[in-house]
Amino acid sequence: MGKTLAEKILSEKSGSDAHAGDIVIAKVDLAFLQDGTGPLALRQLQASELERIATPAKVIIFLDHASPSPSRELANDHILLRDFTRKSGVQLCDVGEGICHQLIAESYANPGEVVIGADSHTVTAGALGAFATGMGSTDVAIAIALGKTWLRVPESFKIVVRGSFKRGVYAKDLALHIIGKIGADGATYRALEFCGENIENMGMSERFTLANMAVEAGAKAGLFSSDETTRRYLESHARSDLFRSIRPDPDAEYEQIIEIDVSSLEPMVSKPHAVDNIAPAKELKGEKIQQVFIGTCTNGRLEDLATAAAILKGRKRHPATRLLIAPASKEVLTQAIGAGYIQTFLEAGGTVLPPGCGPCVGVHQGVLGDGEACLSTANRNFRGRMGNPEAFIYLGSPATAAASAIAGEITDPRELM
Amino acid sequence: MLKGKAFKFGDNISTDDITPGRFFHLRSNLPELAKHLLEDVAPSFTSRVEPGDFIVAGVNFGLGSSREHAAVVIKMAGVAAVLAKSAARIFFRNAINVGLPVLICDTDKISDGDELEVDLAGGMVKNLTSGVVLPLGRFPDVMLRILDEGGLIPYIKKHGDFSLQSR
Repeated sequence: MGKTLAEKILSEKSGSDAHAGDIVIAKVDLAFLQDGTGPLALRQLQASELERIATPAKVIIFLDHASPSPSRELANDHILLRDFTRKSGVQLCDVGEGICHQLIAESYANPGEVVIGADSHTVTAGALGAFATGMGSTDVAIAIALGKTWLRVPESFKIVVRGSFKRGVYAKDLALHIIGKIGADGATYRALEFCGENIENMGMSERFTLANMAVEAGAKAGLFSSDETTRRYLESHARSDLFRSIRPDPDAEYEQIIEIDVSSLEPMVSKPHAVDNIAPAKELKGEKIQQVFIGTCTNGRLEDLATAAAILKGRKRHPATRLLIAPASKEVLTQAIGAGYIQTFLEAGGTVLPPGCGPCVGVHQGVLGDGEACLSTANRNFRGRMGNPEAFIYLGSPATAAASAIAGEITDPRELM
Repeated sequence: MLKGKAFKFGDNISTDDITPGRFFHLRSNLPELAKHLLEDVAPSFTSRVEPGDFIVAGVNFGLGSSREHAAVVIKMAGVAAVLAKSAARIFFRNAINVGLPVLICDTDKISDGDELEVDLAGGMVKNLTSGVVLPLGRFPDVMLRILDEGGLIPYIKKHGDFSLQSR
């Protein structure tokens, strides 16, 4: 019987003939923690009396969620994490380097690997053909100690994407469309496997966006075959030697096959307080927005900033709408400065935040006021997500975000393109 | 056998509902974080819940962030188990890892305030208020073994490794 991407990778990493439903113990190639989940993981590691690190080079700690620290408590958590990396030899990505998932993509994950992180959006690295999934602090602590973890091999949904995006439509709109279609728990415990001509023609940045949002449908992983696009991405990040081709077998078995033609897809927006609560952006015209946030592991890459900058160039944000931009990494920020996007954002009245998670998790750098609405390029709009349960979060593409910042209300970006 | 009162919640209770992001700075101070458990959804929950009680919810309980603190503070509040129609996978795994049972059953048959008796070994929950008996969904064997030891840390301390041999 042929194998899906999940079955292939987990067979190889468990040294067994693994099929959906099997429980396997898989070798972990890369395990990571961030500043929100790391302190608990280190306490659990200590409690396990297994304070060894299986392969320190493949363990990384990122300070990205509260970065730079907004409080004494979080500054002390950062001290704990930094001290651990010094003592253990584990790699540290400190304040200002960027979001864990972006740095994992730029520098660490490779096709065919098993990547686990104490962060739900670890699925992002699935775009590179890695089996990447989020777990909690204890699971990752034990994986750090043992270099392996247990996994149930997931059933897979094959998402076949055909057609070309119309102008103003992006992978983010497709992600919202898919989640709206199958629901916030539509793929719980499953792997989403993306394929089809649209996916083959899609660049890495948009593949990361799609993989990133797989978890918003409940999925355990969002997987892509590795191809020439993957190879070029690895090459541009100095690790072409780690490219390998990985594809599902033609006779692999899928629990569901979902076919989508994107040629009639429109810019989509997810409404408060659920990611699967979607509507076309044009139907939300008139919804006033007090803050626009462009960034995050979903849409904080150079291509996203380029899209936003093209719309904002020579225009100003609405006076009643704050515009915040957080590049996903230092590399993205550096390139965005070189390309002139940061200048454009500043001239448009934007506020540029340091590389990191920014206001996405409600910790700092743009917590919303009571009754305020934000249009964000992030992946979650749960009540309270951005630090205030009395606020409202809409999700959209960087183009929709830029257009909405100019108009001061939710706006279909095609009106300004 | 676990016995306690049902606290009923709806569908899609996220980890932001359980442990809101604005209390991110309290994650290394769990007793303080626990005071805010579910406060945006049920402000009086922590003052009313008693050791041994149950959280009873609809579909997709615990969706969202991987923050294990959500499962930890539910346990710290004395909640004996979470009963739900379905649970998000990271939360489910975290709960088992910290020794908090998440039991899948038809929670439409349970109302807020009902007295419940959960028989983990027998795989059923009896609603003592209505008399209805509900079967519980099966766990993968590896999760049962982790839960039996009280969580992943005690399990690993005892066995030194994962072990897939059946009991």
